[in-house]
Amino acid sequence: MRLTQGQFSFLPDLTDEEITKQVQYALDQGWAVAVEFTDDPHPRNSYWTMWGNPMFDLRDAKGVMMEIDACRAAHPDQYVKVLAFDSSHGFETVRMAFLINRPAEEPGFELLRAEGPGRRIGYTVRSYATGRPPGERYGGETRHGT
Amino acid sequence: MNYVSTALPPDEKAGDAVVSDPKARYRPGVLKYRQMGYWEPDYEPKDTDILAVFRITPQDGVDPEEAAAAVAGESSTATWTVVWTDRLTDCERYRAKAFRVDPVPGMPGQYFAYIAYELDLFEEGSIANLTASIIGNVFGFKPLKGLRLEDMRIPIAYLKTFQGPATGIVVERERLNNFGRPLLGATMKPKLGLSGRNYGRVVYEALKGGLDFTKDDENINSQPFMHWRDRFLYCMEGVNRATAETGEIKGTYLNVTAATMEDMYERAEFAKELGSVIVMIDLVIGYTAIQSMAKWARRNDMILHLHRAGHSTYTRQKSHGVSFRVIAKWMRMAGVDHIHAGTVVGKLEGDPNVIRGIYDTCRETHVPQNLQHGIFFDQPWAGLKRMMPVASGGIHAGQMHQLLTYLGEDVILQFGGGTIGHPDGIQAGATANRVALETMVKARNEGRDIWNEGPEILREAARWCAPLRAALDTWKDVTFDYASTDSVDYVPTPTAAM
Repeated sequence: MRLTQGQFSFLPDLTDEEITKQVQYALDQGWAVAVEFTDDPHPRNSYWTMWGNPMFDLRDAKGVMMEIDACRAAHPDQYVKVLAFDSSHGFETVRMAFLINRPAEEPGFELLRAEGPGRRIGYTVRSYATGRPPGERYGGETRHGT
Repeated sequence: MNYVSTALPPDEKAGDAVVSDPKARYRPGVLKYRQMGYWEPDYEPKDTDILAVFRITPQDGVDPEEAAAAVAGESSTATWTVVWTDRLTDCERYRAKAFRVDPVPGMPGQYFAYIAYELDLFEEGSIANLTASIIGNVFGFKPLKGLRLEDMRIPIAYLKTFQGPATGIVVERERLNNFGRPLLGATMKPKLGLSGRNYGRVVYEALKGGLDFTKDDENINSQPFMHWRDRFLYCMEGVNRATAETGEIKGTYLNVTAATMEDMYERAEFAKELGSVIVMIDLVIGYTAIQSMAKWARRNDMILHLHRAGHSTYTRQKSHGVSFRVIAKWMRMAGVDHIHAGTVVGKLEGDPNVIRGIYDTCRETHVPQNLQHGIFFDQPWAGLKRMMPVASGGIHAGQMHQLLTYLGEDVILQFGGGTIGHPDGIQAGATANRVALETMVKARNEGRDIWNEGPEILREAARWCAPLRAALDTWKDVTFDYASTDSVDYVPTPTAAM
């Protein structure tokens, strides 16, 4: 499967030039850009691992691209996303989020059904990858770790 | 005026001035409303006053100030005749005051009447009480040919007695893990007749193909072809399968509209037990029922979608009724999270300036006066959450650049026919819309001029996306180019060429 979280997952994977333009757009709005990564892409996993704090004082997309490169190099087989945080009143939340790296193989999610009375079904979405411990979940890093 | 009593002394019967002598003022009989004190051109509205501006069309021979005073009177303390029991009250305080009358530009015989209401006239936190005065008996008042409530200023003191949206735009996006682009939805079609099992199929296909939400239509409740429990169970199967296959949080607006509050609570509770993130109600359930459901939604972490069924019976004609920007304001106070608010380009009513005023009313934390958008007063929102507007009705992927330009990012774009009617199937229809949307947001962020380059940007994406190509070919010539009946009255003055 292809994980389609984020703003641009239905488009071909963004090139570095395209990522730079989106980062520059966020900076031009006065938003702080951040990079996060995970090997647990469950749709309700709100807390991916932060690649450092949001870059509050960076105004040049080049600096952000260096962090993006470093994060992708360290976690080539994990999901990596770029976020933009807006501190202005009425928002104070994430304004952009898009994937910039994904594992070569994406096994996806299993839908578990717990059947109850009255035809009621309790649904659980479970990532196939998280059946294994952190560090052993996606192909490349399993090889690195063993 | 032919309803002035002969019981008055000749000098006061003929005049328009306020009758200040208490004996004359409270002599049994009939006075003009302005004589009773409902026209006060020198009145300075207080920060705590509720202000309203009405479009009034007086009957022939009724002067505009008297008509404005009559509206103030009939929507506050007055009745048709003098009553001595006024003297038991601080009646000067409770009397609404018409304080300004402006002719409507280009509309002879119509006037904008500004009226101020004392805060103590209204029960805290009650849209029903507010509206019983403001749009109560006064709308049937004979000396007016027509009456339309154009806008209101709700003071912060009164706003703070309302819950406001149960969830709000920010929390909705955080719950859905969905940022930086409009949300995508579709109303299930045909709106009536599908069995629960077939209906859930449409939900699944549309969500799997790329939509965030699907939606029950306003008149899907619990009919012989599909009872509500069946619909809810099959819809949630579709929602959860699509979530598992995409890794995205999906939802379907389960319409809980029913005959009684007890029935609605039962349906909403069932939706919650099944794990739905959202329920839906129709405007026709009434203001009190809407406020009850908003409180239920806040207590139960549920997004509350409002379908504005019925509003066009009173919002569309400019001569009589209530403008939708006022309904939107009341609904933000009442506490819904989503409201259908117009598309500009689709099949339903929507002048661009009017729609802008309505969207601002839904989404901004402070809405400044802007007559060209139909906004007559500054309206601070005092921390009431922001409400997500929904654009629905005759829109398709080929209009994506116009939709994003007119409506911005915090909006739900709903393509019903534009998803389900796709020649290659529902999933392809959803994918076409999602690709068109992501392409256009990306291009806008890159600094491209999407208003002018939009069609070219879509064609570029259609080269690698066959579903989008088919959508553009199918609907390329579809537009709904009719003049709007509800438009703004103030237009910018053209600057003379130097």
